[in-house]
Amino acid sequence: MSTPFLSVRDLTVDFHTEDGVVHAVDGLSFDVEKGTTLGIVGESGSGKSVTNLTVLGLHNPETTKISGEIVLDGQQLIGAPSSTMEKLRGNKVAMIFQDPLTALSPYHTIGKQIGEVYRKHTGASRAQSRARAIEMLTRVGIPQPKIRVDDYPHQFSGGMRQRAMIAMALVCDPDLLIADEPTTALDVTVQAQILDLLKELQDQTGASIILITHDLGVVANTAHNVLVMYAGRAVERGTVKEVLQEPRHPYTWGLLASMPRLGAPVDVPLRPVRGTPPSLINVPPGCPFHPRCDYTQLAGPEICRSERPELSPHRGHGDACYLTLAQKREIHK
Amino acid sequence: MFPFIIRRTLGAAVTLLIIAAVTFFLFFAVPGDPARLACGKVCPPELLEQARHNLGLDQPLFAQFVAWLVGIFAGREYEGLGHCPAPCLGYSFVNRAPVFETILDRLPLTVSLTIGAMIVFFTFGVATGIVAALRQGKPLDKIASVSSLIGASVQIYFVGTLAMYFFVYQNPIFQQPRYTPFTENPLAWAGGLLLPWLVLAIIFTANYTRMTRSTMVEQLSEDYVRTARAKGMSGRSVVMRFALRGTLTPIVTILGVDLGTLIGGAIITETTFGLQGIGQLSIRSVVNSDLPMLMATVLVAAGAIVFFNIIVDILYAVIDPRVRLG
Repeated sequence: MSTPFLSVRDLTVDFHTEDGVVHAVDGLSFDVEKGTTLGIVGESGSGKSVTNLTVLGLHNPETTKISGEIVLDGQQLIGAPSSTMEKLRGNKVAMIFQDPLTALSPYHTIGKQIGEVYRKHTGASRAQSRARAIEMLTRVGIPQPKIRVDDYPHQFSGGMRQRAMIAMALVCDPDLLIADEPTTALDVTVQAQILDLLKELQDQTGASIILITHDLGVVANTAHNVLVMYAGRAVERGTVKEVLQEPRHPYTWGLLASMPRLGAPVDVPLRPVRGTPPSLINVPPGCPFHPRCDYTQLAGPEICRSERPELSPHRGHGDACYLTLAQKREIHK
Repeated sequence: MFPFIIRRTLGAAVTLLIIAAVTFFLFFAVPGDPARLACGKVCPPELLEQARHNLGLDQPLFAQFVAWLVGIFAGREYEGLGHCPAPCLGYSFVNRAPVFETILDRLPLTVSLTIGAMIVFFTFGVATGIVAALRQGKPLDKIASVSSLIGASVQIYFVGTLAMYFFVYQNPIFQQPRYTPFTENPLAWAGGLLLPWLVLAIIFTANYTRMTRSTMVEQLSEDYVRTARAKGMSGRSVVMRFALRGTLTPIVTILGVDLGTLIGGAIITETTFGLQGIGQLSIRSVVNSDLPMLMATVLVAAGAIVFFNIIVDILYAVIDPRVRLG
């Protein structure tokens, strides 16, 4: 196996707030291979976004404590000087945000916002970067790019703004694209278009993508691998097929059961995961999911409450739960 | 843009007309007789009648107002004083000085005072606000907030008088405040007004520091500022090009109000430093029941506010492309 393009090891991120220390990410490890898409799934506050802001070094250094390793293409990013991170951002690693209306500056034209990334990282002239912006707008399917390049974001529709955002992220041909809920703020019909666009661009450029979402449907359509996060930890990891067809962790079961599917009987109600996500200041000891889990009796209530399960096996399809494989298969049939 | 300016100018004219009318009729609603003041201490009835006639006060109020208004556009004839060409604001009740010329004479000082002070308090206030926002909770931020609180609390007659005592009389660091026209000698112009500028700035800076700091803190947590950082923009360009742009709107708003107020006359400042500007003129015309002079100073003050309001509205559209002038 080749060394992965992005390798995250034992990543721990703590925020200091007035209420206490928030353990946003706790001992997270994952890899992203070149040209593949990793879907990171979890509820709000499960640490998905924080993990990726950390990869880009966009956390607040004053209040955040980070440990572990983030190695991108052989380069250690944790503790890297800010000038290194600045050169990396928008260039080798780019990010797409959830809400393209607030994520684009209302004060600058679309063309300027795309062009300045290109200028910054390649030293191109104004005219060159403008031409590049028009080229990028064409690639992401904006009609009349030569005219729209001078528009402001408020003159774009929601879907077009996200396309512009993608154009901005891809302008320097990044090797890794982090998309943080790129379709959450969009219409369902536009969602599919944007996801198709991302896939198409990945085929063209061979970039790796980390797709952060709470929507397993999005993952099923776009990702190669999946990482399910709960309370800042990975609870299940595997290929899309493995995780969606043979899910092993009770939390993944809960997520799947709470999701509507075409073809499912209409009279079977959706089952939400009971309880609420834990506070990340006082994370439950043992398995963080045990207060919401229906299977603690079966797995052994003592161990669920006291000892933290590790993701196992280390490679391939793994999950962090004390149920035996046979029990998991029996329950999820 | 052009239709907007036309429409706002017409609106401004109506506003000024209403303000002029209200001022005019209020003047006669309060007790006091300008004719008796003009006539002097010992004043026989026939002289009083004569003075009243000379000042035009024997006419009906409405006719007086119309005559004043027409004078602005068409000029006016005065018995004994001759023709007063348009724009005619009349003659002072007190010393018969032509009002329009007096205003023109006083305005440069007030404008100089305003512009100089503005440059100091605007740059200093905004800069301190940015630094405070970037150093949130750090000593520099605390120093900025404490000193702006002090600045906002002190009064100009207090600081101004102290400054005059210590820095002009005790240790002549600053010149005695005086006005030299800029065109005559720019150095003397700046030297003579430096102390009033700085003292005015102490009081006004605080507002700008606090407004810049709070808006900047908000802006720095905006999504698009995060995007700018995610694109690899340098810290400096993130602050100056992205975050600062969003903080300009509220700052420009208070700047418009402050400039309008200052042009209308920094009454206390002018009095403290013994400068003969619009502020001094307005307060003296109130005390002397000098109606024509009073009307003119009110017009200048109101005109300045209305003017800067229009400018601020135009600036909104310049700063933020989402704003449409309509």
